[in-house]
Amino acid sequence: MSDANKRTIRSAFERGKAFIPFITCGDPSLEVTEELVYAMEDAGADLIELGIPFSDPTAEGPVIQSANVRALSGGVTTDKIFDMAGRIRKNTDIPMVFMTYANVVFSYGTDRFLDAARGIGMNGLILPDVPFEEKEEFGTPCREHDMSLISLIAPTSNERIKRIAKDAEGFLYCVSSLGVTGTRSSITTDVGAMIKLVREANPEIPAAIGFGISDPATAGKMAEAADGVIVGSAIVKIIAEYGNKSVKEVADFVKSMKDAIR
Amino acid sequence: MNSSMSRGRFGAHGGQYIPETLMNAVTELEEAYNESKNDPEFQRELNRLLCEYAGRPSRLYFAERMTKELGGAKVYLKREDLNHTGAHKINNVLGQTLLAKRMGKTRVIAETGAGQHGVATATAAAMMGLECEIFMGEEDTRRQALNVYRMKLLGAKVHPVTTGTATLKDAVSETMREWTKRIDDTHYVLGSCMGPHPFPTIVRDYQAVISREIKDQMHEIAGRNPDVVMACVGGGSNAIGTFYHFIENEEVRLIGCEAAGRGISTKETAATIATGRPGIFHGMKSYFCQDEYGQIAPVYSISAGLDYPGIGPEHAWLHDTGRAEYVAVTDDEAVDAFEYLSRTEGIIPAIESAHAVAHAMKLVPTLSSDKLVVITISGRGDKDVAAIARYRGEDLYE
Repeated sequence: MSDANKRTIRSAFERGKAFIPFITCGDPSLEVTEELVYAMEDAGADLIELGIPFSDPTAEGPVIQSANVRALSGGVTTDKIFDMAGRIRKNTDIPMVFMTYANVVFSYGTDRFLDAARGIGMNGLILPDVPFEEKEEFGTPCREHDMSLISLIAPTSNERIKRIAKDAEGFLYCVSSLGVTGTRSSITTDVGAMIKLVREANPEIPAAIGFGISDPATAGKMAEAADGVIVGSAIVKIIAEYGNKSVKEVADFVKSMKDAIR
Repeated sequence: MNSSMSRGRFGAHGGQYIPETLMNAVTELEEAYNESKNDPEFQRELNRLLCEYAGRPSRLYFAERMTKELGGAKVYLKREDLNHTGAHKINNVLGQTLLAKRMGKTRVIAETGAGQHGVATATAAAMMGLECEIFMGEEDTRRQALNVYRMKLLGAKVHPVTTGTATLKDAVSETMREWTKRIDDTHYVLGSCMGPHPFPTIVRDYQAVISREIKDQMHEIAGRNPDVVMACVGGGSNAIGTFYHFIENEEVRLIGCEAAGRGISTKETAATIATGRPGIFHGMKSYFCQDEYGQIAPVYSISAGLDYPGIGPEHAWLHDTGRAEYVAVTDDEAVDAFEYLSRTEGIIPAIESAHAVAHAMKLVPTLSSDKLVVITISGRGDKDVAAIARYRGEDLYE
């Protein structure tokens, strides 16, 4: 059991503002994914989101959609990703969560999936197509497996924020903008006001902002309001461009982002 | 399985598996829909549109030659193909666009497979003065080029979707993505009894006019309920409409006809009940064609409207409880039935509807002559003529 060899999600937010990168497992290969995790940790990442690819990722923009296609056409499966994550856990105690879609977990068998994820030493799970109303189906077994099911709030959540934040575990994923994942030239949502509602409802839960954050300036601005920033598409874009040679490029980018939010 | 875990459940199926960004939109929709149900003025206006604009009630036609040739039960055709825009889709679209207006929305978006739902949505949007954008798989824009032009003619913007298999499932995904981008002024007119709650219920209620009319018309003709009602099933909106008012009449057999494509033992199939298993996709729990890891299968059918890897949650439940039967019909059988109905009754059915006709051709001869079978002809086949010609080796393009 490698369970002991991991830090808590909470610990990711104890060294100042957290930088949370997302990558799709198996894009371009599981070997590179593994290297990317180590390199991102060295570059300052505080928590890693590992995407398990899904054939039809309805919350993703074109960049991460393409990463899913690349990974799946390379023959990546949930079982192979478990093997890889298990190897990674032997080498690092950095908090790690899986990000995937409800069907990947449900179809595998929710308990079976969570048994495997706990066995590896994963800390949590993000399912963007499971809103508060459906949370119990996955949230209860997650708790039984000592994993946090990460809740999301969006610019449209309004009065829902209170309920969601109160019930949140691990950290709260604050979606910065309408629409799907992807880099944006600007973020117009009043994220400060969103986070204020979160704090009122649950002063304990760390709040991280994601969707559309692609450069150090935006990351810095977002980090003023929140406890951390989540960056996916901007990193996946670099991986798409550099493929097997992307490790150093990604590490440089992560370092620049982490420096911007310190 | 806890069957009462959230709203909009049909047994274990249904639910609201969508991004948080859309949750307030579907809640608002549910509230507006419930209010509209009890608003006599809304119901009056919807009924006026269904009658004066769409041409309801649609006819229940006794297919005399088909009955004679098949030599079994009496065959009746529920002529949804005679509706304005040529399919049952308009029933749901008039309801939803009227609802969109009631909610103050100025723009509607929709997915389409064969193009029938897109055409119906573009039509209603034109009539009600709403902005309209349609998402259609690129593969389907080729298979159904005529419908693409019809939508443009009606003032809609058509977006070809190139992701995935570039068919109906990808069109649904892309319309959902578009909705999360722009919610305030936009209603998503979902075309089938699927997706997150409240869509499966709303679409079923708007399509239930089909079974309400069949019941009245059959009672007028024969003084009783039919013995069998049958319809093709993709997402399943014309089938749920055909079944709904008979669900409580246990003596009426309900048969849904899925698209087997090149056969249910091949990978080139879209028969969800025959080859799928429980899953969560496009906002709902239901049956889906998928691999062992839950990756959604790239399904296939000659019929763009049935070329979908899932089925509405109420059908999944009717299957679980055994209340309805689901059978699979191949491309070959459907094309034969397409030609058969054209030749025998002078009615060219949509290739989707031809799947139900094909199964009827097998079933009807096994039933006695005092039995009454109703087949819903969900749409007309003009849109399919060129594709069928190509299927038969004639190089015909629209």
